[in-house]
Amino acid sequence: MAFLEIEKLEKRFGSVSILKGIDLDIDEGGFLVLVGPSGCGKSTLLNTIAGLESVSGGEIRIAGKRVNELHPSRRDIAMVFQSYALYPNMTVAQNISFGMEIKGVPKPERDKAIAGVSETLQIGHLLDRKPSQLSGGQRQRVAMGRALVRRPQVFLFDEPLSNLDAKLRVDMRTEIKRLHQSMKRTIVYVTHDQIEAMTLATKIAVLKDGVLQQAGTPAEIYNSPTNMFVADFMGSPAMNLIPATVNVSGKSPALDIGAYGGRTMSLDLGASNGMLSKFSGRPVMFGIRPEAITDPEGADRTSKNLITAECFVEVVEPAGSDTFAVVHLGGKEAVARLRADAKVVPGTVAKLAFNLDKAVFFDPETQQRIA
Amino acid sequence: MTATTQQTAVRTGALVRALIYALLLLFAVYYLLPLYVMVVNSLKPLEEIRQGNMLALPRTWTIEPWLSAWSTAQIGVQPTGLKPYFLNSIQMVVPAVFTSTLLGALNGYVLTKWRFRGADFVFTLMLLSCFIPFQIVLIPSARILGLLGLGGTVTGLVLIHAIYGLGFTTLFFRNYYEAFPSELVRAAMIDGAGFFQIFRRILLPSSGPIIVVTVIWQFTNIWNDFLFGSSFSNADSQPMTVALNNLVNSSTGVKEYNVHFAGAILAALPTLVVYIVSGRYFVRGLMAGAVKG
Repeated sequence: MAFLEIEKLEKRFGSVSILKGIDLDIDEGGFLVLVGPSGCGKSTLLNTIAGLESVSGGEIRIAGKRVNELHPSRRDIAMVFQSYALYPNMTVAQNISFGMEIKGVPKPERDKAIAGVSETLQIGHLLDRKPSQLSGGQRQRVAMGRALVRRPQVFLFDEPLSNLDAKLRVDMRTEIKRLHQSMKRTIVYVTHDQIEAMTLATKIAVLKDGVLQQAGTPAEIYNSPTNMFVADFMGSPAMNLIPATVNVSGKSPALDIGAYGGRTMSLDLGASNGMLSKFSGRPVMFGIRPEAITDPEGADRTSKNLITAECFVEVVEPAGSDTFAVVHLGGKEAVARLRADAKVVPGTVAKLAFNLDKAVFFDPETQQRIA
Repeated sequence: MTATTQQTAVRTGALVRALIYALLLLFAVYYLLPLYVMVVNSLKPLEEIRQGNMLALPRTWTIEPWLSAWSTAQIGVQPTGLKPYFLNSIQMVVPAVFTSTLLGALNGYVLTKWRFRGADFVFTLMLLSCFIPFQIVLIPSARILGLLGLGGTVTGLVLIHAIYGLGFTTLFFRNYYEAFPSELVRAAMIDGAGFFQIFRRILLPSSGPIIVVTVIWQFTNIWNDFLFGSSFSNADSQPMTVALNNLVNSSTGVKEYNVHFAGAILAALPTLVVYIVSGRYFVRGLMAGAVKG
């Protein structure tokens, strides 16, 4: 049985439905990341788990116990807020121990807990300062300290890194991952940053307009998205979604894609994609990650279905570790990820290898995955 | 070329600056003149005033008028001076300011952080009370005070002022707390703090500037009020303003202008002190928020 279970959860504000029947769970010690665009309901979902918002329907259970009616302080959770929400009139030590003070924990015990947490987070030298005297990263640490000291069953993080600068964000991300590995507590984490989601999660839940699109391990979400929204949302640069037509005139189905100069490029899909035969002659969306379109020398040799085709390169963007090439496929721009020293010249035709093992296909009408 | 342009700029700047200062000085003198007349004449014997020159400095300095205004002058029928009425005013102002400020803060807290259906409507109603002229509520208030048995008492005045101030204090605190981050309240909820604990431990300590604004506003208004004071008090519970009026209008014997001036300054003194003392904290509070940590 999962540790945190969310069943048919609904949240309405008047006639506006924010969460439309969410079913989700996470095992003990797991790291669940809720991800989605602004307004998808991910923060509302977190607030309902915290008990800061009431639910309109469904059930939330922590360790098998229904918590719908429990006050936030009785759910055995701790929350780190986007703005850190440090009490401005209290010192760092008072901020960390406020919850214990309210509960009536005696002072020596509180001091011991503060000392323990400040050692874990290396904030011992900050204990007497006010939040206004701290930098962004330090505030972030204190906010985490306030959560840690509660020793809760579930940690809730609401976009905790979005107010930090790029470098600090990466450092703190690693820090959070390290804490999770050492504490082995269950974490629910909200972000709109899909890289954070990929790096931290043991399970990702993608939401859109209050509906759960897909929940699974980062690899599942990345490699086999269930619909075009998930495919497009996760990954940077995003997955290429190229309009194509299925052609089964040959011995195995092939994919016809409009290429440069009015020509048609045909990619042989091999026998593995039998599902596509049903779409013979019909348009499909051909989804392929940028790293699955490479220069032939940099292609994955273990791939069973590697096809080389000529593409017209419009723009080349060297990014240091890789070189991105923008090509025109099926009337849309597609991004290919080449090795850093790949020889491609903008405005010319280059040979690119398509790793079709990694290809996914969607029905353009329903937006759902076909194969 | 550049140097001459700069010189011209400096010279014009200085000229404009001198003009601005002259104008400011003129206005300052204009506004301070009445105070000067009051202070100067309150320190003269009555004969000097009768001789006619109100603007001249005293030839013989005396604090006799001040002592008289404070403790011996004829107020109505009693020769008590302003002292007992000054105490009445203090007894009225302090609890009235305290209650209305505290209730305003609580109202603001509820209207922003514990929003309920119709919270905005309630707030609009309270806001509306700021626009009701005092005169309209005189008779209903008198009736209610009578029913409560508080007519003609200082307690009755405290009640009226506290209730009448609620509209304004709620407006102040509500707008201040509107900008107060709700995440702090949520964090405190998760920490297990209750309704009043959040108010006392989280919101109030951060409310310094708005408390000062509210206190200045309420203190000035309640201290200076004449209408309620004259309508709902009797001879024993009159506030300072009403007593001052009686001092000036007492028709026995000669008009002691020097005593009247001293009395008027005494009546205005507390509001001045409150403004000067807490005004400084007010500015400091604003500055503390403005400098990013």
